[in-house]
Amino acid sequence: MTDYSALKFTSEHEWIRLEPAAPGSPTTATIGITSYAAGQLGDVVFVDLPEVGAELADGAVVGEIESTKSVGELFAPLTGIVIEKNSAVEDAPELVNSDPFGEGWLIKAEFTALPELLSFDEYQALLGDDALSVDLDGTDFDGADSDGSTETDRAGA
Amino acid sequence: MSVPFAERHIGTDHAAQAAMLEVLGYDSVTALVEAAVPASIHAHSLGDGSLIPQPATEREVIAELRTLAARNSVKRSMIGLGYYDTITPAVIKRNVFENPSWYTAYTPYQPEISQGRLEALINFQTMVAELTGLTTSNASMLDESTAVVEGMLLARRASKSTSPVFVVDADALPQTKALLATRARAVGIDLVELDLATLAPADLPAAFGVFLQYPGASGHVWNPGEIIAAAHDAGALAVVAADLLALTLITSPGELGADVAVGTSQRFGVPMGFGGPHAGYMAVRKGLERQLPGRLVGVSVDAVGNRAYRLSLQAREQHIRREKATSNICTAQVLLAVMAGMYAVYHGPDGLVRIARRVNGWAQDLAAILTAGGLTLVHQDFFDTVTVRLPGRARAAAEQAHERGYLLHVVDDDTLSISVDETTTAAELMQVAEALDARPDGDARYSPQSSLPSELNRTSEFLTHPVFNTHRSETSMMRYLKRLADSDYALDRGMIPLGSCTMKLNAVTEMEAVSWPEFAGLHPFAPHADVQGYLELIDQLETWLTEVTGYDTVSLQPNAGSQGELAGLLAIRGYHHSRGDVGRTVCLIPSSAHGTNAASAVLAGMRVVVVACDELGNVDLDDLRAKIAEHSSALAALMVTYPSTHGVYEHDIVDICRLVHEAGGQVYVDGANLNAVLGFARFGEFGGDVSHLNLHKTFCIPHGGGGPGVGPVAAKSHLAPFLPGHPFAQKIEHPASSGGTVVHGGGAVSAAPYGSSSILPISWAYVRLMGSEGLKEATGAAVLAANYVATRLRGHFPVLYSGENGLVAHECILDLRPLREATGVTVDDVAKRLIDYGFHAPTMSFPVAGTLMVEPTESEDLVEIDRFIDAMIAIKIEAELVASGEWPADDNPLVNSPHTAQSIAQGEWSHPYDRERAVFPVTSLIAHKYWPPVRRIDQAYGDRNLFCACPPPEAFE
Repeated sequence: MTDYSALKFTSEHEWIRLEPAAPGSPTTATIGITSYAAGQLGDVVFVDLPEVGAELADGAVVGEIESTKSVGELFAPLTGIVIEKNSAVEDAPELVNSDPFGEGWLIKAEFTALPELLSFDEYQALLGDDALSVDLDGTDFDGADSDGSTETDRAGA
Repeated sequence: MSVPFAERHIGTDHAAQAAMLEVLGYDSVTALVEAAVPASIHAHSLGDGSLIPQPATEREVIAELRTLAARNSVKRSMIGLGYYDTITPAVIKRNVFENPSWYTAYTPYQPEISQGRLEALINFQTMVAELTGLTTSNASMLDESTAVVEGMLLARRASKSTSPVFVVDADALPQTKALLATRARAVGIDLVELDLATLAPADLPAAFGVFLQYPGASGHVWNPGEIIAAAHDAGALAVVAADLLALTLITSPGELGADVAVGTSQRFGVPMGFGGPHAGYMAVRKGLERQLPGRLVGVSVDAVGNRAYRLSLQAREQHIRREKATSNICTAQVLLAVMAGMYAVYHGPDGLVRIARRVNGWAQDLAAILTAGGLTLVHQDFFDTVTVRLPGRARAAAEQAHERGYLLHVVDDDTLSISVDETTTAAELMQVAEALDARPDGDARYSPQSSLPSELNRTSEFLTHPVFNTHRSETSMMRYLKRLADSDYALDRGMIPLGSCTMKLNAVTEMEAVSWPEFAGLHPFAPHADVQGYLELIDQLETWLTEVTGYDTVSLQPNAGSQGELAGLLAIRGYHHSRGDVGRTVCLIPSSAHGTNAASAVLAGMRVVVVACDELGNVDLDDLRAKIAEHSSALAALMVTYPSTHGVYEHDIVDICRLVHEAGGQVYVDGANLNAVLGFARFGEFGGDVSHLNLHKTFCIPHGGGGPGVGPVAAKSHLAPFLPGHPFAQKIEHPASSGGTVVHGGGAVSAAPYGSSSILPISWAYVRLMGSEGLKEATGAAVLAANYVATRLRGHFPVLYSGENGLVAHECILDLRPLREATGVTVDDVAKRLIDYGFHAPTMSFPVAGTLMVEPTESEDLVEIDRFIDAMIAIKIEAELVASGEWPADDNPLVNSPHTAQSIAQGEWSHPYDRERAVFPVTSLIAHKYWPPVRRIDQAYGDRNLFCACPPPEAFE
């Protein structure tokens, strides 16, 4: 069971889990997309993730999440350096749908600067009527318009 | 006295139209259309000034076409350069090329009712992938030269090199070089031409890609392995244009290290047709699949786990990824790819090798005769093309040959090249030798030895799958083609009400001339004197199209709508540049536009800026003004579809055009929806500077299951100098609507000067049969049908957008989102359930997700239109039974659709509705039922487990 209050969010429907770092060491962040974003995309069939060592510039497009019917962009939610990518999700992109907050994480990064991020409550407010209360575990979230969308959905935007 | 053709073409007769008008509350069709089309754009009547002649009967039109055909002179073409005479197996000609079950089908976006052509296309992909020695082939490209361009663009995407250079082999086809020049210029690529056959690999310059022709345009066969390796060392991709027939004898590009292979499948049984249509191809090595442009067929499973075919990786394509797409290509060359694939099915690997050896044997024989006659060959290693030196007399010799009935390629004043093919005979070689004044002692004879470098002998197997080794008898082939055709739903079964696609009648009389030898048998670079009938037909068609669009001149060269868009945008670019306005690069595109618009703009070197639409679906004028102000000096163009992709005649179109012109921009009117205004309004009159038309929509060229298409570009005279030219054009003048001629001086966009010429007689015949009045009546009937559907269905499904007086144009968008909210039934469920009712679904989720866009066209009769409306209403009632709890949300006739015969016959029936409801929801189906061959196809499975070749037979057990 995910503790959502421990996560930070962006308006691009990404979540960030900040790891409590040892004193003196850089702080790391695990990054994924929310169940809402995954639901909007529909069945994810391919993820294109930045390589380890790649520099992230806050707000820049660093990857893609492709479903059968649309393509979402992965925006860097912070400035930093990629230290790990989830190769399991590259092999089994459906993890983004089945467990977006867990096994479906995308990249881990060391960050040098952290922008202002949304709290869970703020993110819920952003979603409004589509709030994640439908199914907070996100295991079978069924997005509002994931069927037959021929539009380029930015990751959930 | 025969019935006027318009009455055959238009499905609703006077009585039916009267009944429909009564439902709508209008007195006449004209009154209806004039109430729908804004008064500000009503066309002026041309009256007696019309350039379109009075309608002819079907019999008269055939006679006129015979007269035009007689003015073409079919010589024996030995020009080569990517076009060869070929023998279309009669069983394929009759059962595919001339069979409406194949040529009237639509693009297989509804895979459950397209399994036949999807299998045929996967045969094509398997054939191309195995012959080229690469992993994955698409299906298909528009022609060889555009495929090379796509290869160049793919190399730039995939290469890590930062170099702007693309190296081009000096021995590439001349028309390919011309296209590369046009296209590279627009996107900032530097072309460097080198003689790669003699270049030391170490001297290869820094580049993102290297292109070579294999065998070369001169016929020369050499081993490019070292050049390819050197390209890889430099971080470049190797793109190889290869001849599929030659590849049965020589080492494949894939085995030589190529990353991308491209080419044409024309010589696999598809007539030259004065340039097309033929299927180009592209295959890539493993790892580049996602970089492929165009359509890719893959294997997936259906709801019960059976193998099923579908289009894969659609998220690469322009309709989803828009300006970030891998290409703007949309319509491909499905019918021709099917034919080429079936040629390989019928001949099999052994048969293809036999044909190739025979061709190579004749080439050797020709070389022997010419050498014995004292002439010198340029290359000793060749497959089918012999290049010979004739110092100072090449042109005279070619003229001699022409008089004897042979067409040779004049390379320069001192050199000729001569290509042989599947149809070559000994007598022909002797005559050619005589024309060249090479007098051999003996007769021509077929030589068994090889003229190919032994190091390039092909050793790898190909086409081992049973499908290429089974259908050798004509009976077997006929039945295979029939089985596949029976799997599919085409216009010969019923209505295909696809919004934005205009699936109207493709009349047999219109189709007749396509396969006549005088139209089918000509090489695209045949001399002017031999193609008089074609040129006259082309001039007439161009003239008629200027009249109906209100433009000054037309180019028929673009061989698909996407290429027409590109040609139009390149003309705009050329115009701005000619005035020194090189900074005008912004292309405004409304958010409702077809994705192809944005993809084309990028390929024309423009930057896309999206203009918002308002809640009524129209261009938001305030946002347009804001975007124009923001980009004023950088504004190149606005691309706008009319009527809009929302199926509405935008009231403000005149103001929209004016605002763009005032800011120095040009207006591109996308003509995809021309069927809604033809005869009532003209793009050129209300503000357009340039448009493309889709002859495969408005002017009756059949969709062919996803191509061929023809996308002429029509423009005002100020853009004429920048419309497509061609190095082999038989003439550069084109008729101007005001009389006289204009010259099209832009770069080539298709491999052939008049694109897919052999299908132009279809559109010519349509206009000739209908006349101006008939065309106008067709528009009226199309608008009437769409408004009738909208009015009758409005009470069941909201009609999302409408214009003046609450009317739609030639199509209407049914909003299924409220149905989903109320019942959980999705647009997918409705689309697939329509299959059980015997219909092809309307366009799904374009331009708005969760909707269906219905375009009945003028060709459907009232019975069929009512049948569709009744089906939609019945499905709505079924959805309500789901909502009311009568049927569970996860087990009802909608979510389980489509139902196959097997699904109702096999095992226990455990569903809460009966079998009869499943497959015969209306009683009329009992006597006439289309059975889909598969259940609903799992889209995600196919993309996650990409497999794009013939699956092994055990997969079907």
